[in-house]
Amino acid sequence: MSRMTLSLNQRAAILSVVILLVGLLVWEAAIPAQKAAENLTEYERLMGLGSERAGVPPPSDVIAKAWEQLSNPFYDAGPNDKGIGIQIGYSIYRVLTGYVMAALIAIPLGFLIGMSPIAYRALNPYIQVLRPISPLAWMPLALFIIQDSEASAIFVIFICSIWPMLLNTAFGVAGVREDWVNVARTHELGHFRTAFTVILPAAAPTIITGMRISIGIAWLVIVAAEMLVGGTGIGYYVWNEWNNLDLTSVIFSILMIGVVGMMLDAAFGWLQRAVAYAE
Amino acid sequence: MSKPFLSIERMTQQFPDGQGGTLTVFEHASFGIEKGEFVCILGHSGCGKSTIMNILAGLAEPTSGVVKMDGYEVSGPSLDRGVVFQNYSLLPWLSALRNVTFGVKARYPDWPRAKVEAHAREYLAMVGLEGDVVHRKPSQLSGGMRQRVSIARAFANHPKLLLLDEPFGALDALTRGTIQEELLKIWGGTEQTVFMITHDIDEAILLADRILLMTNGPQARVAESVEINIPRPRERTTIVEDANYYAIRNHTVQFLGRRSKELAGRPAEGLDQSPATVRFENGHAVAAPARAEPESPRRLRAVNE
Repeated sequence: MSRMTLSLNQRAAILSVVILLVGLLVWEAAIPAQKAAENLTEYERLMGLGSERAGVPPPSDVIAKAWEQLSNPFYDAGPNDKGIGIQIGYSIYRVLTGYVMAALIAIPLGFLIGMSPIAYRALNPYIQVLRPISPLAWMPLALFIIQDSEASAIFVIFICSIWPMLLNTAFGVAGVREDWVNVARTHELGHFRTAFTVILPAAAPTIITGMRISIGIAWLVIVAAEMLVGGTGIGYYVWNEWNNLDLTSVIFSILMIGVVGMMLDAAFGWLQRAVAYAE
Repeated sequence: MSKPFLSIERMTQQFPDGQGGTLTVFEHASFGIEKGEFVCILGHSGCGKSTIMNILAGLAEPTSGVVKMDGYEVSGPSLDRGVVFQNYSLLPWLSALRNVTFGVKARYPDWPRAKVEAHAREYLAMVGLEGDVVHRKPSQLSGGMRQRVSIARAFANHPKLLLLDEPFGALDALTRGTIQEELLKIWGGTEQTVFMITHDIDEAILLADRILLMTNGPQARVAESVEINIPRPRERTTIVEDANYYAIRNHTVQFLGRRSKELAGRPAEGLDQSPATVRFENGHAVAAPARAEPESPRRLRAVNE
């Protein structure tokens, strides 16, 4: 090569592809090939080694599976056989429902807590006790009270995504610079105008950071919640394929969980950049 | 004698001193400002200048005493009293133009969008900000440009009283000079009443009709009111040739260097603490009749008599 003219990004992309190819090759090579039945000795046949064993599938199988699933993601062939798109759709629907309900409560409440030191001190002990509870610990109580597994899964999402939004909103609102509030005061802005034209934009980056953390946690939790409540969703799909001993589908759905989580995070990352400001 | 446009009457500010007692920043301070007047207040750090400014802006409450503007007692912040803060206090998520329209919209909520924007652009142009630069965010502007935006925002709102809290304190000397001239120009066209805190004697002489001199705190008071009778329009290069320029400057330097300390810390003993008027003619101090405070004639002691 005569001269190094590639940019840093280009070189990083090439390295990424190399790592992927090496990884896939190592994986492929590490899977022992199963002997064909006619090559077995009598003893081996007697020991049952002739029957097909479940093993970690090689990447070529996973890629073939992905191609098959993604070329028809929305098929519906009964309760135990739905396309990956439908399953992910159910999961996203649950996450967004619980998440939006949490935001509708957490952001106004966070505003109140951030603006009022009394409210902050009064509510802080409850927040500190409730926040570290694993969201799945709520599941039995939710199932008993709500009497509906679908709604219980949504409740679990609600309860796990409320805390980062609540705390970040309160923190962001409390930290708005006194000078900017004084600008609002000297311009005779009312409480609502001050909240929407000064405090909200000033605290927006912190609030969106909280929302981004929340959506990440919600996506982590939905998989576990759906494994418990069953029926539909990507979490149920993973568990169902495990029961079917279809490890190819398990690996494929794990990858899909990662891709969707990345896209949700990227959406909030974009939002975060949109409201960011430099002082 | 009629009351001045803005009058501060027997204003006292005390804070708890942290050991169970009280710290008196200033006591029974009384002074007035006429309509259209440009008044600078000079004093060492800790004498309560910023406290006076915050009380006038309505952002703080005095322990006792009243502030009257146009005959009415003022309380709380108001659009009638515009403030230019030392740190500009621009909203960093808004462009320069939006920072100004923010104020104009608050002042004239009935104006249509286009009129608000035209008005804001007009005032930005007055401080030399035109074209694409008005769409920049404060973080993309230099300190001088930010303070220009802040000044435009304040003037565009036509407040009855404009309060400037060390507006040029954070700027380099050259930028400061340019913006001082712009401030003079924009002020000259508006007959705006201005009350300004500064640390810079030359700035005060260039800009003000009157300089209020404060003694050191605690128990500070506005001890003297020095008239700057140098004719306008003023320019940095020509005011030095005025017969009174050096007399005023020396008097002020001596006050801040020596007498602000000597006069410090005297309790008010229930008396109004109104400033003695100091006036210079042909480079000499002359006895001036007290302005709004005829009951307290004081012996003048100008150092360069």
